Amino acid sequence: MDLAVEGLSHRYGDLDVLRNIELTIHEGEIVCVIGPSGCGKSTLLRLLGGLEEPSSGRIMQVGEQPVGSLNSLTYVFQDFALLPWRTVAGNVSLVLEHHGLGADEIEVRIADVLERTRLSDFRQAVPKQLSGGMKQRVALARALAVNPAVLLMDEPLSALDSQTSELLMHDLIDLWQREHFTSCYITHNLTEAVRLGHKVVVLSRRPGVIREIVEIDIELADRVMSNLRLGQIQKDLWQMVRDEAQTADMELTES
Amino acid sequence: MTNTTSQAYKPLAPVRPVRFRGGGFRTVPRRFIGLIVFAMLILLWEGGSRTGLISALVLPAPSQALDAFIDLALSGNLQKHVFASLQRLIFGFSLGFTAGLIVGAAIGLNSYMRAGLSPLVAAIFPIPKIALLPLFIIWFGIGEGSKIATIFFGCFFPTVIATYGGIDNVDRTLIRMGQSFNMPHRDIIWKIIMPAALPAILSGMRISASIAIILLVAAEMIGAEFGIGAYVLLAGNLMATDQLIAGVGMLSILGLIVNWLIGTAEKRLLDWRN
Repeated sequence: MDLAVEGLSHRYGDLDVLRNIELTIHEGEIVCVIGPSGCGKSTLLRLLGGLEEPSSGRIMQVGEQPVGSLNSLTYVFQDFALLPWRTVAGNVSLVLEHHGLGADEIEVRIADVLERTRLSDFRQAVPKQLSGGMKQRVALARALAVNPAVLLMDEPLSALDSQTSELLMHDLIDLWQREHFTSCYITHNLTEAVRLGHKVVVLSRRPGVIREIVEIDIELADRVMSNLRLGQIQKDLWQMVRDEAQTADMELTES
Repeated sequence: MTNTTSQAYKPLAPVRPVRFRGGGFRTVPRRFIGLIVFAMLILLWEGGSRTGLISALVLPAPSQALDAFIDLALSGNLQKHVFASLQRLIFGFSLGFTAGLIVGAAIGLNSYMRAGLSPLVAAIFPIPKIALLPLFIIWFGIGEGSKIATIFFGCFFPTVIATYGGIDNVDRTLIRMGQSFNMPHRDIIWKIIMPAALPAILSGMRISASIAIILLVAAEMIGAEFGIGAYVLLAGNLMATDQLIAGVGMLSILGLIVNWLIGTAEKRLLDWRN
């Protein structure tokens, strides 16, 4: 299933947040959205999944949903959003319980996603016992359990320290190579964007408009730090966002 | 770095160790201290009474209070007093708590309920419910009704406030997560909001339980044949200070038991916090 954004604008009262966004996320590709803080990246993601209503324009789901999908547009949140009183398995089960599935089917789905995220040994642990990286893997397992058409990821690595986020980045790359999931991935980290994105969308500062969409046609597996072309792309992206980031930064200090 | 045990210092430079200054300001559990203080106090009191330092009229010895308690138990009136009090406490508290939970949840979850009811709650909450007892007697009769109503209202308002305060403080991202997975509102309330508000609700329960005991005694002092409050009042009227101390001791023990019950409930229901 593709996700198409048509002429999307959004405002909060007098404040223009996003203006005239046109974007298609094709099945099987990861689209990374970067831009300075406060440019409306997270708003865009909330609009994509229907957690907020756009002021104008529309968002269309194009094509068939995957077989067995319970929730086609599924989020992975920056701060994990796990229930602290439920175990790992309980947190996954939470999002399956209201679909009228049998206990067996729920159990099969839980076991499957915990296996895929290498969490099977931790199914009875509670979030408090887990590291940040593990918590985010639980959140990822929960998202995969509903077999989503598009994964909407809101800076999923930002709350993690750099080593854990590196590990999780590898997990995401592995997962994509196995399953070719479709995703919109919001980040402020250019390195994450060039390592994971098939397309990188550069947003300007507020009101957010698309400045550029950069396609990266290097296999995810080949995107190592020493890749010169990748380094060049990252440098170009930095050029694009630097002035915006600087101006946005000044705006904050002035107001 | 080859030598780590003995350092070579610069010649003649003053050498001093870094002083530890991070101590204090940390509570460490000390077992039995509370018990020892309590026992010491009782012993001092007993000793003071025996030596005549404390006059028996001003404050009877603990042993005299214990004798009064044993007399009460032997006369068969102990059960009657305790049963009457417990009945009022349990009815008033459980009804008031349940109603408070329902109204508090309604205020927390619905903006019309909040706009309509929260000013009313704020206006009635600070009224000492015991001041309304004469009205309650007219409305609910001189018997059990008015006493239970006093306890009911005393527990109702703190529970309402604790419940909607707890619901207000539920992490919005958890609710948003529930919505993003298409969870029905009913499930979001029962599986996300109420468990997340439970710590606040239980601490509200502690407060309303203490209020319930206070109001129980007050209501019983105004008009009751049986009940710990009535026993204490009668003892006071007769200047039987030994019985008075025995009654107050029972109230203290009742408070401790209620506190322990709620503490146990907290440990059971909130063990995910530790």
